[in-house]
Amino acid sequence: MPKLTIDGRPLEVPPGTNLIEAARRLGIEIPHYCYHPALSIAGQCRLCVVDIEKVPRPQVACNTVVAEGMVVHTETERVLETRKSIMEFHLINHPLDCPVCDQAGECWLQIYYMKHGLYDPRMVDEKVHKPKAVPLGPHVILDAERCILCSRCVRFCDEVTGTSELGIFHRGDRSEIGLFPGQELANKYSGNVVDICPVGALTDRDFRFQVRVWYLDTQKSICPGCARGCNIEVHVSRRRVHHAEGRRVVRLKPRFNEAVNKWWICDAGRYGSAFVDGDTRLQAPARRDGEKTLEVAWTEMIPLAAGRLRGYRADEIGILASPKLSNEDLFLLRRLCDALGVGAVDYRVPPARPGDEDDFLIRADKNANTRGAELVGLGGADSRAILAAARERRVKCLWIFCHDLLASAWPEGEVLDGLLGAETVIFQGTNANPTSAYAHLVLPAAAYPEREGTWTNFEGRVQRFRQALPPLGRALPDWEILGRLLQEVQGAPRPARAEDCFRDLAATVPAFAGMSYRSIGDAGQLVQTARP
Amino acid sequence: MKPVQRVYLREVASGLVLTARHFFVNMGRHLAHALGRTEARGAVTIQYPEERRPYAPRLRSLHRLVRREDGSPRCVACMMCETVCPAHCIYIVAGEHPNPDIEKVCTEFTIDLGKCVFCGYCVEACPEDAIRMDTGILEFSSYSRGGMIYTKETLLSLEPAGPDGKPRSPVPIPADRTP
Repeated sequence: MPKLTIDGRPLEVPPGTNLIEAARRLGIEIPHYCYHPALSIAGQCRLCVVDIEKVPRPQVACNTVVAEGMVVHTETERVLETRKSIMEFHLINHPLDCPVCDQAGECWLQIYYMKHGLYDPRMVDEKVHKPKAVPLGPHVILDAERCILCSRCVRFCDEVTGTSELGIFHRGDRSEIGLFPGQELANKYSGNVVDICPVGALTDRDFRFQVRVWYLDTQKSICPGCARGCNIEVHVSRRRVHHAEGRRVVRLKPRFNEAVNKWWICDAGRYGSAFVDGDTRLQAPARRDGEKTLEVAWTEMIPLAAGRLRGYRADEIGILASPKLSNEDLFLLRRLCDALGVGAVDYRVPPARPGDEDDFLIRADKNANTRGAELVGLGGADSRAILAAARERRVKCLWIFCHDLLASAWPEGEVLDGLLGAETVIFQGTNANPTSAYAHLVLPAAAYPEREGTWTNFEGRVQRFRQALPPLGRALPDWEILGRLLQEVQGAPRPARAEDCFRDLAATVPAFAGMSYRSIGDAGQLVQTARP
Repeated sequence: MKPVQRVYLREVASGLVLTARHFFVNMGRHLAHALGRTEARGAVTIQYPEERRPYAPRLRSLHRLVRREDGSPRCVACMMCETVCPAHCIYIVAGEHPNPDIEKVCTEFTIDLGKCVFCGYCVEACPEDAIRMDTGILEFSSYSRGGMIYTKETLLSLEPAGPDGKPRSPVPIPADRTP
């Protein structure tokens, strides 16, 4: 492995590493725009220049591969001067419309100008004007004036999605990013060009003018959209409630995880957070009494629900758990089933239409934790048979988690008969749906950004999502609801935190043995059976 | 303290004499003024509200939103003022401007004057010179908190104070009061 020195610090890196990546290992940041570790090297922005001893001129760090004995300086006077001049070139035709630009606050032009620019503008000519606010597709909007032509978006569409919608047109300072004729930036991963755009040229139509980025708080999370479990960051607006039409979760951004999603997420996941602040959110425990729906307190609801569950024989209860629940929830549900002696438990409800799938990130299974439900050992019964038993009045208490059975692959009449056949239908979930309208008891659950937990993705990788917000209304995390019910049924002390549930899970279920929130960390950890 | 001062009587008497002298001298001047000698001025400061003291040109009075030539607000909803405001009393909602060169405009711009501390940071922070505190209006009391909330339309309707510092717009009538 080549040994080199960067800013006087020795370092050994694998051959083929470029200088930006090598310097990053030492915690030295070489400023750059066009370089992205996932894309080919363009060498267009020229900002990443460094001085290399025995080389007469500054070299671009992105396209210089480490060599044995190389001595690199990233902060010499000549490098700083070059950076400053290059920043000046980048900003010649930039409109400086930061007040109206959604990127302001997370813009690399702003950051590098403050760090490496700070020159007095010398440009006296009229700036070149280009198209502004041009929608490129359903999710992305282009401002060609702000573009610095780094070509990251073009390379993304060429190399990652392979759809090649974007190109650079015209010559010289009239060059601009645009769509090829007849094309639309409508691939399933189009939102990623907004993330990789270092400036405000490509911005999100969904996020446009919603919130200024400095009002956002971020929290590490996992996308609940499919079995892949892409690592994401949830961006929430909590300080100014009149922004973003009152939405709290205003956008999702991918979070790097080498083993799962690298730098990317799909558009379905990125724009799939609306349910968290949707109108259908269940906010208070409710009891249906004939035609009336009465809101009740949790202190009343828990004994009520536990009383109903205890009031039936074990074989009169059917539970349709959800593969959207976390490992912690499913484990507590398993304990509750053991305590009640219920055997008719399943989590599999087939969707009406099979989910779309591709060979990149999107999985056909649109549930985040199907693998976790398998591993926790819930189920054994057949969900359709449970519904059939309800129809035949053998199952009198039906407890449904999250599912909208009326939107499943099962015939509507069959589902309706089952729902109407059960004496007690308990619904537990985040949002109301046609199925929850038939519930006698409604237990409102906290959505994933409102709670802690872990999901197991299709590969068996257990990944943590964290709490970014307080639960809406009086909703509670599923593990908390189940813990309170377990306490009511069994008298066992209830877990104080999701971590306590996970500790019990790791101690009980062999697949999770030896795991803890700490060992899972930010990158996730494979379950025992999936480990090589 | 001298023993004679400790008795206070002499000090009380001299104080009374001073007060009485001001009273009678000013009464004489006011009587003379009322009888037509206009150059005689009593010791009253200013006959507010008929008369107003000249305000300093940099006085921070009620805010107003500056308009473009077409009457739309200059504000581009960049949220600088909302961000810098130490009292968090500015509430802006952004929207799309029909002109793509302007791009962004405030669809709502509300100031809660009940919270405002009149620091003037919003004026300092504004990159578009869209908000000023130069109306010369200081009388915007209200009977309720709701009456202290000023919307975009009210703020846009205000004019800057004249060269004499007098407000040129009428004092906005709070929502909780009928004219």
